[in-house]
Amino acid sequence: MMDHIKRGLIVLLLATLLPFAAHAVQPDEMLPDAAQEKRARSISAGLRCLVCQNQSIDDSDAPLARDLRLIVRERIKAGDNDAAVVDYVVARYGDYVLLKPPFNTSTLILWASPLLLLLGGIWLGRKVMRPAGTAEPAAPLDAEEQARLEEILGRGSVERSEKSDS
Amino acid sequence: MIVEFGHFALILAVMVAAFQMIVPFAGARRRDVRMMNTAEPAAISQLILLAIAFVALMHAYVTSDFSVANVAANSHSTKPMIYKISGVWGNHEGSMLLWVLILALFGAAVALFGNNLPPTLKATVLAVQASVALAFLLFIVMTSDPFLRLDPAPADGRGLNPILQDPALAFHPPFLYIGYVGFSIAFSFAIAALIEGRIDAAWARWVRPWTLAAWMFLTIGIAMGSWWAYYELGWGGWWFWDPVENASFMPWLAGTALLHSALVMEKREALKVWTVLLAILTFSLSLMGAFIVRSGVLTSVHSFAVDPERGVFILGILVLFTGGGLALFATRAHEMRTGGLFQPISREGTLVFNNLLLVTATATVLIGTLYPLVLEGVTGEKISVGPPFFNMTFGPLMIPLLLALPYGPLLAWKRGDLVGVTQRLVFAIAGALLLAALAYAAFNRGPSLAPFGIALGAFVMLGAITEWALRVKLGSAPSDEVIRRAKNLPRSQYGTLLAHFGVGLMVIGIVGTTAYQEERILLMKPGETVTVGGYDATFKGVKAEKGPNYMEDIASFEITRGGEVLTTLLPSKRLYDAPPQPTTESGILASWRGDLYVVIGDPQGDTTAYAVRAYFNPLVRFIWLGALIMFIGGGISLTDRRLRVGAPVKSRRAAPVPAE
Repeated sequence: MMDHIKRGLIVLLLATLLPFAAHAVQPDEMLPDAAQEKRARSISAGLRCLVCQNQSIDDSDAPLARDLRLIVRERIKAGDNDAAVVDYVVARYGDYVLLKPPFNTSTLILWASPLLLLLGGIWLGRKVMRPAGTAEPAAPLDAEEQARLEEILGRGSVERSEKSDS
Repeated sequence: MIVEFGHFALILAVMVAAFQMIVPFAGARRRDVRMMNTAEPAAISQLILLAIAFVALMHAYVTSDFSVANVAANSHSTKPMIYKISGVWGNHEGSMLLWVLILALFGAAVALFGNNLPPTLKATVLAVQASVALAFLLFIVMTSDPFLRLDPAPADGRGLNPILQDPALAFHPPFLYIGYVGFSIAFSFAIAALIEGRIDAAWARWVRPWTLAAWMFLTIGIAMGSWWAYYELGWGGWWFWDPVENASFMPWLAGTALLHSALVMEKREALKVWTVLLAILTFSLSLMGAFIVRSGVLTSVHSFAVDPERGVFILGILVLFTGGGLALFATRAHEMRTGGLFQPISREGTLVFNNLLLVTATATVLIGTLYPLVLEGVTGEKISVGPPFFNMTFGPLMIPLLLALPYGPLLAWKRGDLVGVTQRLVFAIAGALLLAALAYAAFNRGPSLAPFGIALGAFVMLGAITEWALRVKLGSAPSDEVIRRAKNLPRSQYGTLLAHFGVGLMVIGIVGTTAYQEERILLMKPGETVTVGGYDATFKGVKAEKGPNYMEDIASFEITRGGEVLTTLLPSKRLYDAPPQPTTESGILASWRGDLYVVIGDPQGDTTAYAVRAYFNPLVRFIWLGALIMFIGGGISLTDRRLRVGAPVKSRRAAPVPAE
């Protein structure tokens, strides 16, 4: 019970105080192998610091974020590939730790919505451009007609559109 | 005494708002001129009363009157004066008072400058505006009163959060609020038009300047917030897709769409129903932003549940105005006739395309922001939706938008010539590709798509220049005619050109700094040198100093480039007195090429070594410079006679046009 309260207090303290004094990755945490370190950085950027407000463990100064960074680097040193490292962390902290939510039944609407909205918008837009019950707009002038029209008007089409502005 | 005076003025403002909501509205329905005419003095007295209340609160802050609970909770006697003043809106109660003050300011502006509006429309607009004001005034009086006293008064205040003690952040909220609240005018006009059942091109002409003003301030407000995050939060990021950022970004996106659709409505009488809907949605997103920020619902569901009163109240306001507005829209929209016809390839077509992508992007940000909350509420499952989601969905939506942008202003209304415009844009396209090749050669690293991003930004910028050159006939007419044309080009046109140019510049900044940032994280002892972005930074040591209300450890770095000493950067770590809280101050050397950005971490054990992070952020200034140019473009457009409120509509046409 005491531990619970203490842990809660620490979390509260970290959540209110520390996210702003961000130094994130410390020199002593970094892996000597530059390629491995680069992998660790890119994995860390996708993992949420669980006690912060919307920060990745790569950006956060909280001790918990540091622990997670060290775990990520340990797994990399142990020879895990990127997916295995992420799975390892997710197995312990759940999907909540992923800043990019996984694609599954719970997130189907989330991931599908931009495309569905776009398609719905295109469908609506077509209706706007050809309102029901009106005839198709007349066919555009071909190049020859256009040239003749411009000759008659004695000016270019940019000018024409500028005219309609003013 | 002054505090009680302010309190009294606030309560009077509630009553004036109630009056302004009911009497002019009833007058407009009964065509009673006397009742309608009360709207104007009511709007102005509401502004005066709220200005008195606001000044009274500011007085309490400036004089450090800690008998006022709000001042005691948020100010401190040793705080520099500028932060005593900005402390007025640096807290919940004060910021809501600023919100209603700006609401009243816009209402009074419509009352004063809206002389060319039909009387019933004007009365209805001001009544709707007053209903919004009344809702927020009641919210303040009932849940967030800034004038409550403490007895006994504490000896000193608790202080303002130190990260908020910053010049850019001091003025970030007022700009943001002018933006949020400015959209209320578009909302009020939309509701009034629906009630009146009449909507035409003139409506769009009245609404556009207000929307443009709100958009300008929202643009600069968001940019200031981003700039602040960049230099203050200490890791060189400038946008985090944080719920609070998204809350301001959504009305900006929708407001940008609204500006463009209102243009179609004004010029072509098309998209009327859509524009009205967009006006309602844009302000609803502003209210949503207020709800997200003020209720704390997204930072923690628990903090919301502990003190639900405020959150529920704002949620009520949100539901009332959004729901009410949409319900009214649903019952009345079908009565409005759609206007001019046009083909997909036309200026209207590109503006529809613009709206399609901007609104989809807005909805994507909205869904991404609220999804974790809804999912947790429905299934109890906790997920995070972070920057990777937004980058993957928002980014692709912006690419076609930017590609189409230079085409829009060059296509003719109704029916455009895509091939012809492409031919005119050939220099812009070639220039953009050339720049992409140069970027590829210069950086020779980073993601392979980055040069295309640079090309996209350059295409938008060069497209704006091309448009100007075509309009003034640069190269195809004698120079005196070019000058004459450049002078005669309407200011709104210059505004558009500048704003579009700013967008391109911003894109280049975003791509440049995202793709090509260099970073060094290391332990440094005094005398050691780190090289980043072509600069050599030599660590000279750390010394402790005392500021007005903080202690700080200042590190000094001598910056050289090619052996030549350029400057000394002094990044520091501060510990504020009240409340005791650490902050990081970055050391930045800015240039057109990019920023050298140095922050200092903790000393390592007993050694003299410090953790140091040094970045080179290429082209990062272009992000905020782009936003500033967009702001200036909006301002220039506002000074156009045609848009200026109250100016005769046809004055420009009356001028004799020389024969060509």
